[in-house]
Amino acid sequence: MMPPVNRRQFLQAGAAVTATAFGFRLEAASAAAKELKIARTNQVQSVCPYCAVGCGVVIHTSGERVKNARPTVVHIEGDPDSPINRGTLCSKGISLKEFVVNDRRLTKPRYRAAGAAEWSDISWDEAIQKIARRIKDTRDRDFQATDLQGRVVNRLDTVGLIGGCTDTNEINYLLGKFRFGLGIIPYENQARL
Amino acid sequence: MTNGWCDIANADVVLVMGGNPAENHPVGFRFVMEAKRKRKAKLICVDPRFNRTAAVSDSYVPLRSGTDIAFLGGLIHYAIANDLCHMDYVRAHTNAAFLLQEGFAFNEGHFSGWSDEKKSYDKSTWQYELDGAGYAKVDATLENPRCVFQQMKRHYARYTPEKVAEICGCTAEDFKKAAAVICSTGRAGKVGTILYALGWTHHSHSVQLIHTAAMVQLLLGNIGLPGGGVNAQRGHANIQGSTDMGSWNMLPGYLRLPRANWQSFDDYIKATTPKPLRPDSMNYWANTPKFAASLLKSYYGPAARPENGFGYGWLPKLGETENQSWGFIFDRMHRKEMHGFISFGMNPVANGPNTEKMLEALARLDWLVVVENFETETAAFWNARQLGEKFYPKYVDPKAIQTEVILLPAACFAEKDGSFVNSSRWLQWKRAAVPPPGLAKPDHEIMARIFLAVRALYEKEGGKGMESLMAMQWNYAQPLAPSLEEVAREVNGRDVATGAQVPGFAALQADGSTSCGNWIYSGSWTEAGNQMARRGQEDPTGLGLFPNYAWSWPANRRILYNRASNDANGKPWSESHAAIRWNGAKWTGDTPDYKADADPHTFGAFIMLPEGVAKFYTTELAEGPFPEHYEPMESPVKNALHPNASANPCAPVMSSSADAMGTPDKYPYVAITYRLTEHFHYWTKHVASGAELQSNFFVELPEALANEKGIKGGDLVRVSSARGTVEGPAMVTQRMRALTVGGKTVYHVGIPIHWGFVGRVRGPLVNNLTPSAFDPNSGTPEYKGFLVNVEKL
Amino acid sequence: MAVTTVAKLVDTSLCIGCKACEVACQEWNDQEFTLGVFNNTYQTQPDLSPSFWNLIKFNEHVDDGVNSWLMAKYQCMHCADAGCIKACPAPGAIVQLPNGIVDFKQDNCIGCGYCITGCPFDVPRLSPTSKKVYKCSLCSDRVGAGMTPACIRTCPTNCLTFGSRTDLVQLASIRTAELKEDGFMDAGVYDGPGVGGTNVLYVLKHASEPEKYGLPKDPRIPWTVSLWKGPLKWVANAAFLGTALGAMLHYLKFGPQERHDDDTD
Repeated sequence: MMPPVNRRQFLQAGAAVTATAFGFRLEAASAAAKELKIARTNQVQSVCPYCAVGCGVVIHTSGERVKNARPTVVHIEGDPDSPINRGTLCSKGISLKEFVVNDRRLTKPRYRAAGAAEWSDISWDEAIQKIARRIKDTRDRDFQATDLQGRVVNRLDTVGLIGGCTDTNEINYLLGKFRFGLGIIPYENQARL
Repeated sequence: MTNGWCDIANADVVLVMGGNPAENHPVGFRFVMEAKRKRKAKLICVDPRFNRTAAVSDSYVPLRSGTDIAFLGGLIHYAIANDLCHMDYVRAHTNAAFLLQEGFAFNEGHFSGWSDEKKSYDKSTWQYELDGAGYAKVDATLENPRCVFQQMKRHYARYTPEKVAEICGCTAEDFKKAAAVICSTGRAGKVGTILYALGWTHHSHSVQLIHTAAMVQLLLGNIGLPGGGVNAQRGHANIQGSTDMGSWNMLPGYLRLPRANWQSFDDYIKATTPKPLRPDSMNYWANTPKFAASLLKSYYGPAARPENGFGYGWLPKLGETENQSWGFIFDRMHRKEMHGFISFGMNPVANGPNTEKMLEALARLDWLVVVENFETETAAFWNARQLGEKFYPKYVDPKAIQTEVILLPAACFAEKDGSFVNSSRWLQWKRAAVPPPGLAKPDHEIMARIFLAVRALYEKEGGKGMESLMAMQWNYAQPLAPSLEEVAREVNGRDVATGAQVPGFAALQADGSTSCGNWIYSGSWTEAGNQMARRGQEDPTGLGLFPNYAWSWPANRRILYNRASNDANGKPWSESHAAIRWNGAKWTGDTPDYKADADPHTFGAFIMLPEGVAKFYTTELAEGPFPEHYEPMESPVKNALHPNASANPCAPVMSSSADAMGTPDKYPYVAITYRLTEHFHYWTKHVASGAELQSNFFVELPEALANEKGIKGGDLVRVSSARGTVEGPAMVTQRMRALTVGGKTVYHVGIPIHWGFVGRVRGPLVNNLTPSAFDPNSGTPEYKGFLVNVEKL
Repeated sequence: MAVTTVAKLVDTSLCIGCKACEVACQEWNDQEFTLGVFNNTYQTQPDLSPSFWNLIKFNEHVDDGVNSWLMAKYQCMHCADAGCIKACPAPGAIVQLPNGIVDFKQDNCIGCGYCITGCPFDVPRLSPTSKKVYKCSLCSDRVGAGMTPACIRTCPTNCLTFGSRTDLVQLASIRTAELKEDGFMDAGVYDGPGVGGTNVLYVLKHASEPEKYGLPKDPRIPWTVSLWKGPLKWVANAAFLGTALGAMLHYLKFGPQERHDDDTD
């Protein structure tokens, strides 16, 4: 599934903007090169998750071939093939690496019991079971198969669901199935705001 | 967007109003700069602040927040009065000629049919006059006083440049200068675009505001042409896509969510499928049964059969007039009518209006699930007093908050694949680059695990509503972590019998023989593969359409309404701005917004509308068929057009114990909230680079106001509204001016969003100040143009 | 074949102050991000620093009631006749690559700070911790690998262009002519004639007033520095004289009260 651009193409494309416009080869202008920090990376095409301009980005990763190590993002730049951004990015986009590789990222499920003043750890299994139990108990109590006039409504309006502005279409579609399976009416997303 | 980012480079005039693309969409803005550089396009910026877009504009007009309809209504008047409309376009492609019934009227700020008691309109007098066949009557001469054009001319005759100046706080001269440039596009060969964003949607009259913009563009003949259109820039990577996939009252593809009074699938189809209003109207929504049946096939699989209305009964139903949009959901939560809440990557404490109310509301839940990349204000809402002590002094101790909270770590964009839709409506496929950190999981896996765990509990224990819960098809190869490629293929749709991907929505059927998860995305993953991942660089028209790069909904069309770039006979209005061309047998260029091989005279150009033409006049909106200037729900002045109907009579305002509205005697200044280029929403306060570029929350004050109050740059100030307060250093600036509104001096106070009580950098949440007042059509809060006071600390 | 002299063109008429170039520079050069102090402006920080080599200056003016907000990028100008090189006593600490890039080699830097005195644009910054001087390298590593510098690669509006100096001089004059057509009669190119031309060129709408953009009106290498490596070049190798001249430069820059803390060795 990985890299549809190879490094050579990428580097060339990055330089192409000026090299072709001005008819000289940048190699001729080169001298005393330091080791390039993206010289040995894998590249993956993605799309910036911030605003809706939809800039193409190339994510440079390393560590795929290192034993017992997870690949990590080392650099992110604009995708030169995107007709939208042609390799450029704004101040947020060009620092996406700082967003992905960030010591503030959540790395484990957390639980805050009723009345607690702090988070505690919880396993995934326990968290999922707890959530499923809460949903079922609430739904069993509040689900309306019919309304006061006896019309079939199959709805749950005491559980709300929101999300989606940076989830993909496929996830949003699944969220719709999740919602309609449970019968949830209060469902909103960032587009309202 | 009707058009797209690359297309802006085709414009001769760019009106930026209600948006600030240089700051908030800098990369998209490159096409504005290209138009300026290569076409000598004129950029006009109308905004309360001299912002970074204004800094590179050819002319800047200051305007009081919330008065945009007055400005745009003034443009309608100016274009008509000075004979600058593109009248051939207006005649060919709009409902200008349609006759209205006798009895339609507008008096003292209300249209006919207003009920003071119900606070809503009876729209019966707003309808077209119909002939015996049920088609609207027209007067092609546009002279009948009851035709839309004459009514429009009369309605906006009040919006003179002097009146615009009086309401908006600009000068009549500045208005006229800008109007002359904007209206210079009202002829063939010149095209103008309008770029807007949340500066238009964050008002209690936002939908009508955008309606006014569309009217201006129709009068000038700028819809459907390259370089034209009304273009929402949109603020999140997939906010367009999340809109496309439904909301409280929508199914995917803008199909309406069922209501309780539509009990059968037939009732639903009858209620939601429009009838044509002219003999030549293609009325594309007549295909609603195909789209709806295919969606239900996608949801319920083999169990969806014609005999059971394709499982329609399993879908939840809204009450006839029920509103469950954002403001109503949180109002119900505040009234303890909600018990559980799940957020996939949203942060309502930061995003929603009236933070204190949001905090109180969440504290009244039994349980809350938050799925996030970072800990957010919503996840930590119970700790608000501790984390944001200064701003939530009244807020309760965590011990008193009984809400159980589960915070789940989610993968970020780089850690999952799938497609985003940008504001150009391009679906772009992205690939996963790295695994998520620690134990974090992708959202769809989290969702699937919860969904299947709930189902397992029902299977074990039984319970209410089992049938509709179990009916939803979840037959993925890996049910606990469905592959997004598999889901994308399902969304595109297939032939049920053969399993082949359908080539597009034209292949969808109403008999259950096809399935499709979102008809407008049909064509995105065909038998030829994933169209969203295409990388073709070709641009055969030279217009920046890039038809082989990614895939655009609908049908890979890059410019909506492109049939209107030609006259009634199929001749382009100008050679330079032809999105499509008729070659005698078929349309070439962009994917036509028309039947591909239909002679130009077959249908009206606006195939999605029952009228077959674009609408100056519409009966669909709550507060009137024509947009009217209404003041914001909190305003320093009375409406200069009709003081007794000052604000939008239909706008919902919440009235919980946490809600309050302020008056200008206590809160004399107009506050606006906005983003800065350095940050993205409430995310980059977690990111080191964003934290470096703008580390500090601040309040922008006009120099004249600061002088009055003895405030110098850097002095600490408190801004308060009827809801709450924020405190921070003042940025004293000449970029915001004192405006004279109806003889009164009005100051703006500018407050950037982006900070909160959790993050690498922290500061007050701006929504401490904002009111729970909403647009009646969209339900969007009035984040701009509310009242505050300012004190030096 | 002769190595082409490269240059950067900053067309200030196209700058929107988005700061992408600032962050691209930080990111590519793995600089640590720091927090700023509020100072009543949108500008990221008041000045360049040892770990911040590329600053957009937000120059705000009101003339006859009309606002202007002139954003201008501020970084090493890569002068043809570079004052920093003239002033530097440490062999190999500052080099001018054959392509014209003026590059600091921190391994050879002795932290004397004379280059700061020699720079007519006030660009190099001495790190109090590493005692080395830092500034923009025009991404000599990227250029060496055939890529454009990070700031230029990311600039969304074509405000920044990278290419051969000859071509960019031509492009700058085309842009100047275009701006004049648009009514900016004072448009022109800023190319630091006092330093033999700069390899960072600017297009300005108000070329007769470069100060409005935060650029010096007539940048020149201080006479003391010119003397050092000019007529007195023959003495430059004499360490004792070097130290004496260094002291003189330091005196000129910091005045008599300043202690010689960081160049006692």
